[in-house]
Amino acid sequence: MLDNKQIKRLEAEAVNSAKTRQPLYAARKKIFPKRASGRFRQFKWLVMAITLGIYYLTPWLRWNRGAFAPDQAVLIDLASRRFYFFFIEIWPQEFYYVAGLLMMAGIGLFLITSTVGRAWCGYTCPQTVWVDLFLVVERAIEGDRNARMKLDAAPWSARKLFLRGSKHAIWLAIAVATGGAWIFYFADAPKLLGEVLSGTAAPVAYGTIAVLTGTTYVLGGLMREQVCTYMCPWPRIQAAMLDENSLTVTYNDWRGEPRSRHAKKALAAGQAVGDCVDCNACVAVCPMGIEIRDGQQLECITCALCIDACDSIMDKLGRERGLISYATLADYNANMALATAGGANPVDPALVRTASGGFVDGLAHFHLGKIFRLRTFIYLGAWLAIGLVLVYSLLTRERLELNVLHDRNPQFVRLSDGAIRNGYTVKLLNMIPEPRTIEVTLEGLDGGEMSIVGIDQAPSRSFSVPVEPDRLKTLKVFVRQPAGQIKKPVQRFEFRIEDNAGSESAEYTASFNAQENGR
Amino acid sequence: MSTQYIDDMSGVSTTGHEWDGIRELNNPLPRWWVITFYVTIAWAIGYTIAYPAWPMLSSATRGVLGFSSRGEVKNEMAAAEAAKTKYVAAIKCKSVSEIAGDDALREFAVSAGGAAFRVNCVQCHGSGAQGSKGFPNLNDDDWLWGGKMEQIQQTITHGIRFAADSDTRQSEMPAFADVLQPEQIAQVSAFVASRSGAVKDKSMSEPGAKVFAENCAVCHGENAKGNREFGAPDLTDAIWLYGPGEAAIASQVRAPKSGVMPAWIERLGEIKVKELAVYVHSLGGGE
Repeated sequence: MLDNKQIKRLEAEAVNSAKTRQPLYAARKKIFPKRASGRFRQFKWLVMAITLGIYYLTPWLRWNRGAFAPDQAVLIDLASRRFYFFFIEIWPQEFYYVAGLLMMAGIGLFLITSTVGRAWCGYTCPQTVWVDLFLVVERAIEGDRNARMKLDAAPWSARKLFLRGSKHAIWLAIAVATGGAWIFYFADAPKLLGEVLSGTAAPVAYGTIAVLTGTTYVLGGLMREQVCTYMCPWPRIQAAMLDENSLTVTYNDWRGEPRSRHAKKALAAGQAVGDCVDCNACVAVCPMGIEIRDGQQLECITCALCIDACDSIMDKLGRERGLISYATLADYNANMALATAGGANPVDPALVRTASGGFVDGLAHFHLGKIFRLRTFIYLGAWLAIGLVLVYSLLTRERLELNVLHDRNPQFVRLSDGAIRNGYTVKLLNMIPEPRTIEVTLEGLDGGEMSIVGIDQAPSRSFSVPVEPDRLKTLKVFVRQPAGQIKKPVQRFEFRIEDNAGSESAEYTASFNAQENGR
Repeated sequence: MSTQYIDDMSGVSTTGHEWDGIRELNNPLPRWWVITFYVTIAWAIGYTIAYPAWPMLSSATRGVLGFSSRGEVKNEMAAAEAAKTKYVAAIKCKSVSEIAGDDALREFAVSAGGAAFRVNCVQCHGSGAQGSKGFPNLNDDDWLWGGKMEQIQQTITHGIRFAADSDTRQSEMPAFADVLQPEQIAQVSAFVASRSGAVKDKSMSEPGAKVFAENCAVCHGENAKGNREFGAPDLTDAIWLYGPGEAAIASQVRAPKSGVMPAWIERLGEIKVKELAVYVHSLGGGE
């Protein structure tokens, strides 16, 4: 018999043992971002002004298209199924332009992400811009980080109620303005504004405003960073989009570690000290409430505010900026290898610093050449190719089209003199906002003549048809061929239409039946 | 449950439910969830007051808004009717020619007439109005009783050989089986066939011409072009209601068939009949 102690204990632990098990639910911890200042914050103000300006002002731009089309520069006219974008007018069947633009947007996002990381998330995403806007309001009313935390922890009082009430009131006002601006893309803006204010606009306008007010207020004011962390797919996709040469917001451990609050004492004790003074400024300004010093992570939207915060601290300490910086993983790894002697030791600042205090020459730095890689060229190529195809097709597209539908029942009609008649529904599409006279002619079909219902003209091979601006005209056309000239059960011939001004034309090959098919 | 069980790891009490040692934690629901839940309850109560909801013995509560699906349909139908009023009123007081002369009115009439045609006329004339043996094709330019819009209107209004309508179009071709010798019938059939095709056998068609002049020309005309007064068909054209060829002609001479079409005025009313006339005229053969 063996004694208990003779049984060897294995080094093993269950992955979900009770003492280490984490609950699946995590309550949200409130985030009170401190206002950062610096060049990225400046840049973000600029981007915010531009993006909000585009959003709010675009529907109010005018563009003269003549008497027969709306003069709004950007208009999605759902009722008459037209999309106007400055000099471009798109009919529903030309939706591939929009599909092409969406593809360009997607590939553009890949291109931007593979070069400068999640710049979309950090600067131009509506969620980021509106949260930023809401934080401006929050800070103006409740004060900066410390004041807000104090207010949040304080019991309810008249002052807290007033501050909170006015903050939410302004948020709601912004939300209403956001939802309100959206509807102007779908109707004549000045007219719709009058209708909305006087209560005579369509219910769908008010419904849209209400829904977008709700989403703006909830997503931008209440949920904030949770939208990015939990709801948005892009943080997940970014893992596939980023590579070791993409710029991301990076904490440079190789010069920051070992971080120390008491650098002088540590130095005196002969310990190595990095640049990071562990002031937590980077954490305090983060709108996502994360710790950038833990490395690149899903929650980081790369807004670069921690760079601003850290840079201002480095300035005060008289050290080089860039302890937190935009850096690629490749550079970071090279520098880490340098600072840790190939990963053998913990970070030793002495390995990256010269005796005089400057950085050693061997450090890797980002240079523009890294943007030009096979991958970015492929993205750029695909993006340009789609763009050029779209531009080419836009410049050469026809604004006069012809659709022909052969009557199926009956397929043909025998007339009293033995001639055969076929019926066609002919659709003329005048896709410019000007009235046109279209010449419809018959080509081929020996002896064939046509007549058009509603046009009082003797049978002939050519008709002049006036078509309203920007409209489709449907014609009922009867084509007749004398008995002696019918050669085959099915003959091919062309309908040809031509703008009377002679600038555009279109053809359609139709068939003429003289014997029932399929029987 | 007698004693409260506190979970070791989370420090949260349990609901008292236990299955094989698995206990349910009594975590409070998130506040937003609870608030949303209460809002939905309040909404549901308001909803049942505003809209029909509670089942009663024979019906249900009506709801203070007075909504009903049937009422919605009624409103939509009324709106559709109202949208048509303008056209219907114009059709009522205008003649068919006037209707056809007005683009918008003609479009409406053709559309409405087409709908009425698909319900009432396709049984005999076919879904494409192409007809069949004994039932005229309405697409072609051959008309027994006239292809002008007013004539078509007259035909639809009173029908053809329709006993119940005193104004109906009336005619009857006698059976010549008892009047003519079989030889004569063969001759006249050959003659009639030759009028719309090549002469095959002069020894038959030439005596046939004499038989035709004596017996048939009264109605079908000396030149066999027919007479719309009696609905007598044109025998020189390419269209044969009961089939082309001498055999079919001979059969029609011996014991003629004549179609009957009902009068539609009582069933459809004047407006629908006008719309139908415009529609039929628009099929391509109208005169």
